[in-house]
Amino acid sequence: MSAAAASELGVVDEAQPLLAVDRLRVVIARSQAAVVDEASFTLDQGEVLGLVGESGSGKTTLALALLGHTRRGLEIGGGQVLFRGLDALSAGPELRGSQIAYVAQDPAAALNPTLRVGTLLREVLRADGRFQGAAVDERIAELLEEVRLVGVAGVLDALPHQLSGGQQQRVMLALAFARRPGLIVLDEPTTGLDVTTQRHVLDTVRTLCGQYHVGAVYVSHDLAVVAELADRVGVMYAGRLVELGPTGRVFRTPAHPYTRGLLRAIPSPTRAHVLAGLEGQPPRPGARPHGCSFTPRCEFALAECRAGEPAPAPVAGDAHWARCLRADTIVGLRPLAELPERERQPEDDGEPPLLEVNSLRAAYGERQVLTDVGFAVRPHRCLAIVGESGAGKTTLARCIAGLHSNWEGTIAMDGRPLSADRRGRGRELTRRMQYIFQNPYTSLNPRKTAEQLVEQPLRELMSLSRAERSERVSDALAEAALSDDYRGRYPDELSGGERQRVAIARALVLEPELLICDEVTSALDVSVQAAIVELLHRLQRTRGVTLLLITHNLALVRSLADDVLILRDGRIVEHGPDVLDQPKSEYATQLLANVPSLTPA
Amino acid sequence: MSGRRQGLAVLVAAARTQRGAVGLVIVAAVVLLAVAGPLVVPHPPTESVTGTFAEPSSAFPLGGDNIGRDVLSRVLAGGWLLLVMAAAATAIGVGGGVILGIAAAYRGRLTDGLLMRAVDVLLAFPQLVFALLLVSVLGSHGWLIVLAVGISHAPQVARVVRATALEICERDFVRSVELMGTPARRVMTGEVLPNVTSVVTVELGLRFTWSILIIASLSFLGLGIQPPEANWGLMINENRIGLVSNPWAVVVPTALIAIITIGLNTFTDAIARASLGVERPAEEAALAAGTPLELAS
Repeated sequence: MSAAAASELGVVDEAQPLLAVDRLRVVIARSQAAVVDEASFTLDQGEVLGLVGESGSGKTTLALALLGHTRRGLEIGGGQVLFRGLDALSAGPELRGSQIAYVAQDPAAALNPTLRVGTLLREVLRADGRFQGAAVDERIAELLEEVRLVGVAGVLDALPHQLSGGQQQRVMLALAFARRPGLIVLDEPTTGLDVTTQRHVLDTVRTLCGQYHVGAVYVSHDLAVVAELADRVGVMYAGRLVELGPTGRVFRTPAHPYTRGLLRAIPSPTRAHVLAGLEGQPPRPGARPHGCSFTPRCEFALAECRAGEPAPAPVAGDAHWARCLRADTIVGLRPLAELPERERQPEDDGEPPLLEVNSLRAAYGERQVLTDVGFAVRPHRCLAIVGESGAGKTTLARCIAGLHSNWEGTIAMDGRPLSADRRGRGRELTRRMQYIFQNPYTSLNPRKTAEQLVEQPLRELMSLSRAERSERVSDALAEAALSDDYRGRYPDELSGGERQRVAIARALVLEPELLICDEVTSALDVSVQAAIVELLHRLQRTRGVTLLLITHNLALVRSLADDVLILRDGRIVEHGPDVLDQPKSEYATQLLANVPSLTPA
Repeated sequence: MSGRRQGLAVLVAAARTQRGAVGLVIVAAVVLLAVAGPLVVPHPPTESVTGTFAEPSSAFPLGGDNIGRDVLSRVLAGGWLLLVMAAAATAIGVGGGVILGIAAAYRGRLTDGLLMRAVDVLLAFPQLVFALLLVSVLGSHGWLIVLAVGISHAPQVARVVRATALEICERDFVRSVELMGTPARRVMTGEVLPNVTSVVTVELGLRFTWSILIIASLSFLGLGIQPPEANWGLMINENRIGLVSNPWAVVVPTALIAIITIGLNTFTDAIARASLGVERPAEEAALAAGTPLELAS
């Protein structure tokens, strides 16, 4: 209690860090296998620590453990978390909620949908003895100002679903900051938000942490977001912190091969370079190899790496450390230097357009989604359709593919107009145009093997003998970089990246001319995304496939697209090959400026 | 071919749990008794061989019934027909319900509205009353009873299957198959059906239990299997007037129906838990919760 009292007075013991985590271990309750192990770090007040890593690396588990909380089936297996010298693991409400606050990833799920925003805020403040009577309303007014919700009319009387995603996340921030905590743990708070909204939320977090000297642990799989926000960054792999240091230094001169691998996999919004995917998969809890967990995927591995888990060793000064025997070698390499620039497709080869869309208007029920959209896609090129959520980009793709039939205007392939209803298009047109869905976790029938899935379009659309089918399935799997061993596997035996490869093979087996890729990498980790992007790029170059790339990720567009089309509220804002380099419209300029970058200016 | 894996895996997983094993053993014991019983009857089950409501003796361990037939022989002989009828009714009810449920979910709009409103109306009748109504209209032959009980199951099954199938129909793999130009009927059988097998398995168990109860109840009311054939439900009715003289003639068939019901329910519960993953090891549950889907950039 004395610490809480001290913080209220603004008195802080300089010698003591705000948060000291020592060898924290989180285990699966039944098997005692570690999900997070040996996590040690400190955090000063006002400092933002980013925790990055791919899915399954244990970053969310670690973040929750800082509040003494674990998901069902897990338990804290050892170690210590000291918040201003107090044990946070065994602490009750005197710390959790009041001194340590948490912001969840999905505000729509985290906010009680039946309570109005004002009620939510009042509820939190009343739980705190410091705010009584008029002080509650004063604090609420203050909070709305702090999270920049003050201009939103009637926000206190709104139910969570009446607010936009960005506004909901601001309400979450207001709830977290309401009781003036000393530490705030943010779990992917901007995942799922548009870049513009993300930018605003990040600005708010940064301002609030700076202004009130709040320490923050910011969990994200998006390295660029962390680069913009965090003072220091911790990289997690297979449940351990493998590297930790000042953000700029870690991202410019990483000392751990995993950090280096991640950085090489991320497309840059400013430079179109080849992406390097990370081969293999992280080990599961309980199945981690002896020695360094990263050894099986590491190009720098030595025999000694298998002998034992390397201890954290300082790299060029003590602020930066890594768990790697070869840190000194790796830190000297520039991670992006040897990744070659992509050569651009020649501007105009005189061929007639493969796909033409003219004055397209589409509606969902009463709502007009697309208005007067017209463009052409020339063969063998990659056109990226970008825009924020609700811009109509997926509807556009679905109209072209025949998944959405409520539209007017013309969509023509090779000059021949397509019918709105896919049933009127015939086998040949269906074969030439293939659609790859966003989420490989739902686009593959879980009851079919990879072979059955890839073979299915052949059975439906072409009359081939068994042997011919089998051969084409093999070819398509090989083209998607899957060996024949995958034939008999069911989707739940595949990783996300492998699933998406099966989905790509299913499209390729028909030898299509146009591939419509609807956010095909957004459900995947960056290392996997890089491999998928390289695969698509190769298909475009070697097989002459025309790509229609639907995405909100501008860095991805930079890496893959020849032409760019920006949609906003169902209308084309800008279209052409140089949109990213010389944006003409204000909207495009703004959009580009909001993209977080690994190397902030 | 493809659906079997999951369906079988769920059954095996269910049988491996303590709950499932207990249920399975109980069900197997009663089924064995009903199937092997007619082969080992000590006396002809339809002939009077002892006194009316005779007390148990060494020759007649469970005594005699209302007209002096051997209760043990009638118990042994009176199960299989009941179980066969229940199985047939279950197959009809679940089969019909699955077709209706998937069709409603996949077709949507008008089909869904019509089918589900019809189901709502049928569900307003208690199942036994509904079966009675059908039997009294159709007549009381054995196969008509089976049909009536089956039909009375269909709306309940349809509703449960539709709920699961609706979620499956929203998934992208259904869209992707539609894009191949596959006809609706094949989308429903090839894509949707294999993904609702665990729900269907649970329904099979539940509906089988209900079938036994309803057919036994109908027999008790004098509908269905006609005297002098032995039948557990009928036996309860025939012998209830002699409850004081020879209680075994009522207690044993009642207990057998109760025991198989409990066994089936226990096993079905284990299946439901296995298919939901409640009985999965915590590791898997934790990983499943943590691994997939970090959507967006």
